[in-house]
Amino acid sequence: MGTVEAPEQTSKSKASNTERLTGAEAVVRILLEEGVDLAFGYPGGAIMPVYDAMYDFQDQLHHVLARHEQGASHAAQGYARASGKVGVCLATSGPGATNLITGLADAQIDSTPIVCITGQVPSALLGSDAFQETDVIGISMPVTKWNYQVTKAEEIPDALAKAFYIARSGRPGPVLIDITKDAQFQEFDFEYKKCTFVRSYIEKPALDITKVEEAAELINTAKRPYVLFGQGVILAQAEKEFKDFIEKTGIPAAWTIMGLSALETDHPLNVGMLGMHGNYGPNLLTNECDVLIAIGMRFDDRVTGNLSKYAKQARVIHLEIDPAEIDKNVKTDVAVLGDAKESLTELIKLVKPNSHEEWLQRFRDCDKQEWEKVIDEELHPKTDILSMGEVIRIINDKTGGDHILVTDVGQHQMVACRYTKFTRSKSNITSGGLGTMGFGLPAALGAALGKPDRTVITVVGDGGFQMTLQELATIYQTKAKVKVLLLNNEFLGMVRQWQQLFFDKRYSSTEMINPDFQTIAKGFYIPTNKVTERDKLESAIEEFVNHDGAYFLEVMVGKENNVFPMVPSGSGVAEIRLE
Amino acid sequence: MEKQEFTITAYTENHVGLLHRITIIFTKRKINIESLTTSESETEGIHRFTIAVTETEELVQKVVKQIEKQVEVLKAGYYKKKEVVQQELALYKIPTDSLTNGLEVERIVREHNARFLTIEKDFVVIEKAGYRRETKALFDELEPYGINEFVRSGRIAVAREAFGLGKEVEKLLAGVS
Repeated sequence: MGTVEAPEQTSKSKASNTERLTGAEAVVRILLEEGVDLAFGYPGGAIMPVYDAMYDFQDQLHHVLARHEQGASHAAQGYARASGKVGVCLATSGPGATNLITGLADAQIDSTPIVCITGQVPSALLGSDAFQETDVIGISMPVTKWNYQVTKAEEIPDALAKAFYIARSGRPGPVLIDITKDAQFQEFDFEYKKCTFVRSYIEKPALDITKVEEAAELINTAKRPYVLFGQGVILAQAEKEFKDFIEKTGIPAAWTIMGLSALETDHPLNVGMLGMHGNYGPNLLTNECDVLIAIGMRFDDRVTGNLSKYAKQARVIHLEIDPAEIDKNVKTDVAVLGDAKESLTELIKLVKPNSHEEWLQRFRDCDKQEWEKVIDEELHPKTDILSMGEVIRIINDKTGGDHILVTDVGQHQMVACRYTKFTRSKSNITSGGLGTMGFGLPAALGAALGKPDRTVITVVGDGGFQMTLQELATIYQTKAKVKVLLLNNEFLGMVRQWQQLFFDKRYSSTEMINPDFQTIAKGFYIPTNKVTERDKLESAIEEFVNHDGAYFLEVMVGKENNVFPMVPSGSGVAEIRLE
Repeated sequence: MEKQEFTITAYTENHVGLLHRITIIFTKRKINIESLTTSESETEGIHRFTIAVTETEELVQKVVKQIEKQVEVLKAGYYKKKEVVQQELALYKIPTDSLTNGLEVERIVREHNARFLTIEKDFVVIEKAGYRRETKALFDELEPYGINEFVRSGRIAVAREAFGLGKEVEKLLAGVS
C-alpha cells in the first residue's frame, strides 16, 4: 500500500454547506443521497476505505456480500430490473474489476441502469503494474454507457452525481466509476448536488409532432397493422399508454423477450412472442402485415432472423428513444424519436378507434396450429418423460401469474418465457441481448431484495446454474426468499438441440456428468426437493411456491427434448419450423 | 453500396479517454481509421475530432450515430469528398548537401509552394500543406536527393458551407446554459 497523499485544501474557510470528509466517506454519503439503501459487492485492497466508511452506515446502507463479483453485478441488474431503481455494485481493483465485465456487458446490451464503483491502485502507482492494477477504464469502455476514473477526492461528488444521472436517464445503461485508493483517503470539503443535465448529453430527443402525425396516418389507413413491443415500454413506464394505444386501435401486439410482462399475457391483443423460439403467428405474420409498429425495441437478429427476408412488404414505424437504433437493422419509414410514454401519449390522440378482427383471427388460427403441433404436447406430455413446459404450467397455476420470473439462458429460458403467465409489468428478468449463462441465480437474488413483497422464482438449467451457484451462499446469508427451480436435462440443452438439428447429432461437449445438486443445496442450508416422476410434481411445486423462504427444487426433465417452434439461424421469420 | 472516402467530424468535450471511446466504435466493426486528428474547435473548450475513412455511406451513417451517442460527444456528422475543404501537412527532412549541389531542390520547393522550415548544418526541413496527391508529388521529386525522414499529418477538413456542425453545437450549448 502506498502513502496517502496530503489533502490539497488545508485551512481554507469553509462554506457553510460543506463539511470535511474523506473520499470514501463521500462515496457512502452520496449513495445515501441518491436513495441507495442496498449495494452488492466484494471487498478487496483498493476499495477498503469505502468498505470501512460503510461500516458506520450499516443501518442505512445494507451491503450484500456476493460470492463472486460477477454475481454482484448480475444481482445489481436483477435489483434494477425488478425495482426500477439504479443497481449499485462495488468491487476492488484488478480481478475484482475484471469480474464485473460480464455484468456490465449484459447491462449495456439490455439497457439496465447500474453504477459500479471500483477501487484502483493509488494514483502515484497508475501505470506501474502495481499489485492488482488493471486498466478497468480501458477494459470497460466498450461495455459501459459512461465511465470515469477519479484520482482526487474532490472529483467524487461530480463523478458519482453524473454516474447516477447517466445510468438512469434516457436509454439506461451501466456506468463505472474507478476511484484510486489515495482519493478515497483524501479529505476534502464535501458538498453534493444531484446531476440533472450534462451539456454534451441529450437524455431523450424532443418529440417531433409531425412524425407522430405521419405515424398516425399510416396506422389509421393500415389494413393489417402489427405492433412489436420491447423493453422500451417498461423503461419509459409506458405500460398504460401502450395498452390504451393497442386497445383503441385494435392492433395485435407481440413482444420481444425484453418486452415480456409489459402487457399481461392473457390480454386478447397480446399475440405472443417474437423471434427464434417465439410463437408461430407472430413470426409468420410479420411478413404479412402492411404496417409494422415497433415500440421500444431494437430489431435484434434473434427477433428478425434473416433481414433480407424480414417484413419487406411492410411500412415500418419505429418509436425509439435512441437515434442510433433507427435504421440500424431495419429501414424505417417513420421514425418517432423520443420517450415511449410521451410518444404514445401523443399518438393515442391522433389514431382512430378501430378493430382488426379478421387480421387478429389469423393469429388465432396460427395459435391453433402451434397448439396442436407443439404447445399441447409441451404442456401436457403424453409420455412419462417430464417436460419443461408442464413444470411452468403448474407454476402458473400455483402463483396465478403474479410472480417475478428470473431465467438463466438456454432451453429453459425459452420455455419459461414462452409459457409463463404474467399479470404485472417488470416481472420478467432475463439476459436477453447477451445471453449470459449464470445470470439467473444472482439476478434473482437482486430481484428478491429489490422487491421483497413479491415471489421471485428463478428457472435455471444445469449448465448455467453451475456457473454462479456459489451465490446460494449469498441467498442463505441474506435470507432472500429466492425460489430456485432447476430444470435438469443433464445436457447443455440448447447447444445439444442445435447439434441435433444442424450438426448431425454430434454431441460435442454438451453432455454433463453432474454433481448431486441436492447435496449442494443442502450444503448451503437451503431446503430442497427433487422430482423425477409426474405424480410427485404438483405437490412438490406447491411446496416450492408456498414455502416461506428460499427453496431449491430440481426437476429431472427429458434429456433430449427440443424447443419449438424455431426459426433456424439464417432463415427468414416466415420459415419458422413447428417441428 | 460502393466504398468511398468520408470525413467524419465530431465536436466533443476534451476529456481523458474519449479518444479510446470513439476509436473502439470503429474497432468493433473492423473499420480501418485512415487518419484521426483532434484539435480545438472554434468554440472555446470544445474539442474536435476529424476522422478519415473509406467505407460505404450506410456504415458511416451508423458509425456517426454511435459516435454522437457517446455521453461526451456534442455533435457528429460526416462529409463526402466534395463536401469538405481538406488539407494535410507534410514534413520532409533532407540532407543539407543536396542544397549545395545546385539550385534543383530550391526550384522544386518553390514550384510545389512548399517552404523551408529550418536549415541546419546537416539537414533541412521542408514543409508542404495540401492534398495527399500534392504532398506525395513533392515526396517523389525529393526522393532522389535522399529523404532522411518524412511525416504526414492526418486530414483536417472544414465543411464547404458557411457554417459546419459548429453552429449546431453552439445552439446546443446556448440551449442548455
